[in-house]
Amino acid sequence: MMSDKLDIELIVNGEQIQQSVLVRTNLVDFLRDQVGLTGSHVGCEQGVCGACTVEVDGVMVRGCLMLAVQANGSTVTTIEGFAGNTTGKKLQNAFSEHNALQCGYCTPGMLASSIEYIDRGGSTDRDSIRQHLSGNYCRCTGYQAIVDAVASVIEITDAGINQSEGAST
Amino acid sequence: MKAPDFKYECPLTLDDALACLASDELDCQPLAGGQSLMPMMNLRLAGPEVIVDLNKLSELEFIYEEVSRVSIGSMVRYSALLASAIVRKHIPLFAKAVPHIAHEAIRNRGTIGGSVALADPAAEMPALLRALNASIILKSSSGSREIPADEFFIGVYDTALEQGELVHSISIPTADIDQRFGFYELARRHGDYAMAGVAISASSINPYVGLRIVFFSVGDHALRATDAEAVLEGQIYSDAVLDKAKDALASLEFNEDMNASEATKAHLAGVVMQRALAGMNAENT
Amino acid sequence: MSGPLHEFDKPNSYIGRSVARPDAKRLVEGQGNYVDDIQLPRMIHAAFVRSPYAHAEIVSIDTSAALAVPGVVAVFTASEINSQLLPWVGTLTHLKGLRSPPQLPLADQVAHWQGEPIVMVVAQSRAIAEDACELVALDFNPLTPLCDAAEALKNDSPVMHAEYDNNLAWEKKVDAGDVDTAFNRSDVTVVQRTFQFGRHTGVTLEARSVVVEYQTTDESLVFHYSGQAPHMMQAVIAKHFQLPEENVRVIARDVGGSFGIKIHTYGDEIATAVAAKLLQRPVKFIADRLESFATDIHARDHTIKGKIGVTNAGDIAALSIDDLTGIGPYSMYPRTSAIECNQILNLTGAPYNIKNYRANGSVVFQNKNLMCQYRAVGHPVAMAVADSLLEDAANEIGMDVVDIRRRNLLADDAYPVTSASGMKFSELSHQQSLERLVEMMNYDQLRKDQKELRKSGIYRGIGLVSMVEVTNPSPMFYGIGGAPISAQDGATVRLDAAGALHVSCSITEQGQGTNTIIAQVAAEVFGVGLERIKVTTGDTATVPYGGGTWASRGAGIGGEAVLLAASALKSQVLDVAASILQTTADTLDIVSGVVVSKADNSERITLDDLGRIVYYRGNELPSDIKPELIATRHYRVTDFPFVFTNGAMAAHVEVDTETGFVKVLDFWVVEDCGRVINPKLVDEQIRGGVVQGIGGALYEECLYDDEGQLLNATMADYLVPMAAEMPDIHIAHIETPTSTSTLGAKGAGEAGTGGAPAALLNAVNDALRPLDASIHQMPMTPERILKELYTNLS
Repeated sequence: MMSDKLDIELIVNGEQIQQSVLVRTNLVDFLRDQVGLTGSHVGCEQGVCGACTVEVDGVMVRGCLMLAVQANGSTVTTIEGFAGNTTGKKLQNAFSEHNALQCGYCTPGMLASSIEYIDRGGSTDRDSIRQHLSGNYCRCTGYQAIVDAVASVIEITDAGINQSEGAST
Repeated sequence: MKAPDFKYECPLTLDDALACLASDELDCQPLAGGQSLMPMMNLRLAGPEVIVDLNKLSELEFIYEEVSRVSIGSMVRYSALLASAIVRKHIPLFAKAVPHIAHEAIRNRGTIGGSVALADPAAEMPALLRALNASIILKSSSGSREIPADEFFIGVYDTALEQGELVHSISIPTADIDQRFGFYELARRHGDYAMAGVAISASSINPYVGLRIVFFSVGDHALRATDAEAVLEGQIYSDAVLDKAKDALASLEFNEDMNASEATKAHLAGVVMQRALAGMNAENT
Repeated sequence: MSGPLHEFDKPNSYIGRSVARPDAKRLVEGQGNYVDDIQLPRMIHAAFVRSPYAHAEIVSIDTSAALAVPGVVAVFTASEINSQLLPWVGTLTHLKGLRSPPQLPLADQVAHWQGEPIVMVVAQSRAIAEDACELVALDFNPLTPLCDAAEALKNDSPVMHAEYDNNLAWEKKVDAGDVDTAFNRSDVTVVQRTFQFGRHTGVTLEARSVVVEYQTTDESLVFHYSGQAPHMMQAVIAKHFQLPEENVRVIARDVGGSFGIKIHTYGDEIATAVAAKLLQRPVKFIADRLESFATDIHARDHTIKGKIGVTNAGDIAALSIDDLTGIGPYSMYPRTSAIECNQILNLTGAPYNIKNYRANGSVVFQNKNLMCQYRAVGHPVAMAVADSLLEDAANEIGMDVVDIRRRNLLADDAYPVTSASGMKFSELSHQQSLERLVEMMNYDQLRKDQKELRKSGIYRGIGLVSMVEVTNPSPMFYGIGGAPISAQDGATVRLDAAGALHVSCSITEQGQGTNTIIAQVAAEVFGVGLERIKVTTGDTATVPYGGGTWASRGAGIGGEAVLLAASALKSQVLDVAASILQTTADTLDIVSGVVVSKADNSERITLDDLGRIVYYRGNELPSDIKPELIATRHYRVTDFPFVFTNGAMAAHVEVDTETGFVKVLDFWVVEDCGRVINPKLVDEQIRGGVVQGIGGALYEECLYDDEGQLLNATMADYLVPMAAEMPDIHIAHIETPTSTSTLGAKGAGEAGTGGAPAALLNAVNDALRPLDASIHQMPMTPERILKELYTNLS
């Protein structure tokens, strides 16, 4: 049987991508192998480890559980594009500062989930942060430094807001 | 593993989708949220000839508030359920339970219809719908029918869904002022499939009237504990009454799995039921 | 060897500072270089057909349908692949009596474990290769698998390997003092337990990955490797491919977690190299998660009968253990599957003053996946057995578990000490660590709270462990037994024409911060800012010959090599500077990239000016000055077989007695790993290690059925620790620098994993004690705990 291929068009990290893809190719494999963005990682192909988490049309999804053809017409952001998001940039700095990564393999998914948590108004409560990140597997850090990094971004952002509010009065 | 090959259909209307699925020549599988089907395909445990992608069927993405019911389209994502003001107001059980379903990234894609059609014995949604006395509306190219949740879920991945049918929507009675809901699950890790879980609704409590006690993750489908419900009917929460209700769980068919023997499942069922009921009591005060 | 230098203790020293990792920046931006990121022209992909049976005769293989799939380049069986190689044998001469049959990549005639590769398909994509795999027709004659280690040792058991008389791979006995007399003393209370440790595995998030290029023109091979020991792999490949070692290049760049999993020789990776040679195209093999669970080495599957005798006063009179472990059908190559048992025999009871010690170990072949070294090798088991027996014994005689340790831990001034099992200890701080632990966890208050909460039916438990960890090994670990595993490492430090320092070192990075501490040591010793240092590791073509990173040796051995090389280069630079400045080298120093006068810190010449003179304007130098702005030094541990570290840990848990669920409320670690180069990195290694240990204690197990079928080879069914259930981990340090090196650094990578299971085991048992229940099996799952609490569930 000839494998079905479809032409798809999507925006990835702000760039127009037009490619032909086999229908069975999943989104994260497409991004890595065809678009050349190897920053998102594959860890289980079952949606459990979270390493493939990317942003599609404003929400975080498992790249291994979406077909590339399903992202036709969509806007996708990967770790290579997270610096374009204010929260993303702050998180990247905080992750470096707090050593919230060691081997770096879970980092794309951790950042994706953390961005979602913060942008949806997540609090600095450590249990809340841990619960939200509970779908992202990390073997190296034991999670504590990641929680520290996320909490620190929320604190800095809150402090910044308080400061600017204070300054305006 | 990489998914096996398939033919891909992406209908834009429900009628088109149903026409695709009507064929009994080819092995056609609908693709809803993909959070269960894709892992199976990635493990090569599923290999349909045709995938019918339902994700462009915007006509299945609705949440309507009707007179005494809420109607939810099958392609509504779990995250949309949590965000919906209608759901929050009229289906308080969802607010308790849906945050336990997997994780955000899964809930951003997973759909209520997909979960219903799959009927994983460890899934929360079938139990929630039985507890809510929901109805499931099915459509095929030859018509539609409505089935009560109590009759829809039959066994492991086994439902009343027939060849060529799609879950169209779920109809759920809105909560009235006296109704109370309980939910409790024991999961080794947050977001995992539970070792045992229960969803409970009551027309009223103190005393219990019109209970629906439905377990998940302990049997081959969402199990309704009618004997325990009968023991509790007309009673007020107490340790003694709870013990009797726990004993009445013995009539349920518990299944062992990798985490727990049948006996452990039975034991844990009793524990989650007691804790869910205690939670309902505590909220009431 | 000289003792530690104290000039590192000055303020602003890079040594002892928690600098952020320079590597982190590119990793958070998705600019990592992992093996699966590699795309090479004409690269093709491998997949394997693996045995579905634990033990079976392979009757026939029909690859014709697979070959016909469009996009398939080749289908190989044992005859094509194995014939290209010399077989390997997982034995070492210093593990007397260890035996194992020769091994080759693909199963030939008989499959010995579920997951063993039988057929290799190479195709344009992994997906096509898998399509073709499904079409390979295999006919099997299933045989009875050996799945129970105890059964396998019985006289009437079928023998797995016809060339041997039984299923024993190795056995060893340690017998010191007089254990029997001690146990029989009237004033000695004896506690006996049988411990079961569940087989589990590393679950590196980046699965095993390899890309191999073969150049037929000069018979050279490039092995892109996600692993810890490039030089070892170079030697292994060269030997078994019968290539000159210099024709083999192994390159490890970013590695997505290893923990010992990626330090062994895997048949599928070697087969990938053979395919690259046969097909003359680069071949990529990335294990998927299913393959990882089934074929990454497993570890820690031990049944131990332990016995301790304590006097009425609380002194340990004797300790004995019988260890039975079932490995796979082969001993893994080249580090052997006997080491884990050996460590257990050597290290059980190691922190304590024990004269009477007996330990028997039996290592048995099984038709299950191979077992071998995984983070903290043997320590989790050894520490758990000793400290669980100790705490149980303490409770028997009514003594507090801290007090019994105070009584029995080796005194901090007792060293040097040789243990009953022959381990040589020096410069440890067990007593001090214990006191620090007790203080930081507020032990007395926790006991008060525990007592109070028990009255309301809340069962909390406190469990401790005192432990040692093997680090900085000498050749005594592997080299002496014939393994191509180097116990020494080297560093080359070079000053360039712009005043930057290039450091190339033979230890390797998997995220723990190796590259960072190399830079910190070089920066501090030489005298430049961290931002002017470039580090190269992982490529056998460009780094000195060495051992790589394993057994927590990077900081201690590699760090020392860097220190020596940087010191040497500094001398050379100061000699040149002295000549240029017409003074003597002893009046000069290098600070922040500038040569200064020691007397008044005045700047005399910048390093880049000096570099330019040397490299471009040599005419300005006296002809008798031969400046070399490059220095290479190697280092090995000579004083001891291993440099031990010590630690004390505690877990605070709450057991839900209705459900068997264990909540880890808190965890404390006091660690003495000698001089700490980067406290943040060490702390994070400890935290990651502790969580990995919690995994083994509560969650992780490779579940096999009676037919040798692995039941839980997915991330949904094999439970690894995730964020919501893990505690914040409190850490304190004691620094007793080792005098085996100038830097004084010991290792820290594995201690967390080595000690945490013991602390958890003790904490859970402490919680259950008032209910007359106990558990000595790990992982301590809810089901297992419930079985101890409710008779109707057993």
